[in-house]
Amino acid sequence: MRFLFKTDYEDDIKLFPHSGYIVSYGILLAFLLIAPFVLSSYLVSQLVFVCIYATVGVGLMILTGFTGQASLGHAAFLAIGAYTAAYLQQFNVPFPVYFLAGGLLTGVVGALVGFPALRLTGIYLVIATISFAFIVEEVLARWETVTHGNEGMRVKTLSLFGQAVPQNGPSFYYLCLAVLILTIVGTLNLLRSPTGRAFVAIRDSETAARSMGVNVSLYKVKSFAISAAITGLAGVLFAHKLSFISPEMFTLQLSIEFIIVILIGGAFSLHGAVLGAIFLVMIDPFLTYLKDDLPGIIAGIAATFGADSITAGKIHGNVAAIASANGLKGAIYGVIIVLFVLFEPLGLYGRWLKIKLFFQLFPLYKRATFKRQKIYVKSERNR
Amino acid sequence: MLDFVQQLVSGIALGCVYGLIALGFVLIYKATEVVNFAQGDLMMLGGFFAFTFIGMLGLNYWLGFAGAVIAMALFGMLAERVVVRPILGYPQFSIIMATIGLGYFLRSVVGMIWGTDDFKIETPFSDGVLRIGSLVLAYDKLSVIAATIILCALLYLFFNRTTLGTAMRASSENMLAAYYMGIPVKRVVSIVWAIAAAVATAAGVLLAPITFIHSNVGLVLGLKAFPAAVLGGFGSIPGAVVGGVLIGVIESMAGFYLPQGWKDVAPYIVLLVVLLLKPEGLFGVHMRKKV
Repeated sequence: MRFLFKTDYEDDIKLFPHSGYIVSYGILLAFLLIAPFVLSSYLVSQLVFVCIYATVGVGLMILTGFTGQASLGHAAFLAIGAYTAAYLQQFNVPFPVYFLAGGLLTGVVGALVGFPALRLTGIYLVIATISFAFIVEEVLARWETVTHGNEGMRVKTLSLFGQAVPQNGPSFYYLCLAVLILTIVGTLNLLRSPTGRAFVAIRDSETAARSMGVNVSLYKVKSFAISAAITGLAGVLFAHKLSFISPEMFTLQLSIEFIIVILIGGAFSLHGAVLGAIFLVMIDPFLTYLKDDLPGIIAGIAATFGADSITAGKIHGNVAAIASANGLKGAIYGVIIVLFVLFEPLGLYGRWLKIKLFFQLFPLYKRATFKRQKIYVKSERNR
Repeated sequence: MLDFVQQLVSGIALGCVYGLIALGFVLIYKATEVVNFAQGDLMMLGGFFAFTFIGMLGLNYWLGFAGAVIAMALFGMLAERVVVRPILGYPQFSIIMATIGLGYFLRSVVGMIWGTDDFKIETPFSDGVLRIGSLVLAYDKLSVIAATIILCALLYLFFNRTTLGTAMRASSENMLAAYYMGIPVKRVVSIVWAIAAAVATAAGVLLAPITFIHSNVGLVLGLKAFPAAVLGGFGSIPGAVVGGVLIGVIESMAGFYLPQGWKDVAPYIVLLVVLLLKPEGLFGVHMRKKV
């Protein structure tokens, strides 16, 4: 086990606390760079979605994970970024300009949402963000001169410095990867700056933060703006990836998916945003795989346990019927969310930390290390 | 003028439906400070139970109604036991996520069992209308209004006049203190979920002739019932119904007098304005925190 001796503040806020980090992240980066040459084009395409979802996850993590302000309206921010890109693209605005414009505009909208949200906490904030998302969705559907309403908008192929970047090619993957990495590094830097410390202070106790001289309102608005801006940047990439956008893509369902990303990943670390995005995006191919192969596998198992061919055939048929039933995906989503909330509240990254600690401390690991403390709700109405 | 009254009445009827669902939110919130995002889906499931009893098994309407209410009360207890109780006492956000997950699960399981078509329940008052002068009121809408008033009054009395109601309010204000005072908090929470599921079922069955039932009806209406509950100030039973009626009336007026598209947004705009001006809702009780 490695012991880190921190002798001053600079040691405490290092991006890479020790050389092991550089090695492991270097290996990861190397793998991600060669991925387009090794993996099938379908998997690379899924990786692009992972990058986009992870970028949104990082944005949402700043707001929900680090500032403690829940939001179920991030699909609206994604939509604003996407539509800004699609709209500006019609006038042959170059990519870097509308990419930044998308982020900027979304950030401004985020700040505007942040102001009214100052007075709201908990469930009221959740509902206010849901309402905001509904209003944005409806505006997109009705403001036909700009958004073409429910017909949706076609997004032309991205071109960067005169080079076409087709949304299925490896270059688009590299672009999304670069945006994700820059976002993560930027966020890490933000979190070790006074602003980031203020965010965390507000999350842990608003009263304490205020008494330490943190301007709570200012930092909440900042958090909203930054979170929205990052989501807007992801929105631009999202629009290019899908090459067609319409209002019904940006529903509450999508906002819930973003929350699922950080919930399943673990809403206390940026690792969580990436892990959650991988989980959410990769569950689709996994379910398809199950749908195709599970009946055969189960019938095979039944056969090895001595079932005759007719029974095995029946089992095959039944399992296939269940696996291809409509809406199975929703049911599995639901079960996964509930199971994570009940049994793995720290998410995938929390599980990884537990496994790591188990081996570091072997045989001294005790399960109580990560036990959640019950807080026994006191009425929010008295807050 | 006649148009206005007609719109008003249909708005009130629609609002009562929102109010009924919002009542479920408020009940659970009042007793446990938990916001149940699956409330609309409980309503949908209740509707499907009633459809099974009445439409498929051919039971008498009232018998089927009662059967569905009882079945759903048991289901509410089961859902509480499996999903909510293990995380009781943990941060609110976990519980919100758990109920969102429950909602997903219910929607798709119902879709798998009953299919995704629209279903209709035959009721004794499906077709008749009441005429007052030249005003035409459908019985199914009147039945919703009447049921809402009765349920609201009963629940209000229950919460303010009975020992169990007092115990529920106590466990919501401070769960730990309620434990210390000898209130069986777990059983109280379980009963609250049963009542909320039963109320949701009543909403679902009354709603069936008006909007039909399908596997997504809970999500659609639940999202409208939310603003209703918030508008009324999330902890107040009469507030939920008043909020629901307001949302319903705003929606039907906006649909009639404003250009297309306002109908769906107007309730949310009103909600945001109310939240801005009076964050604790119209009927909310706001107390200062003692440090």
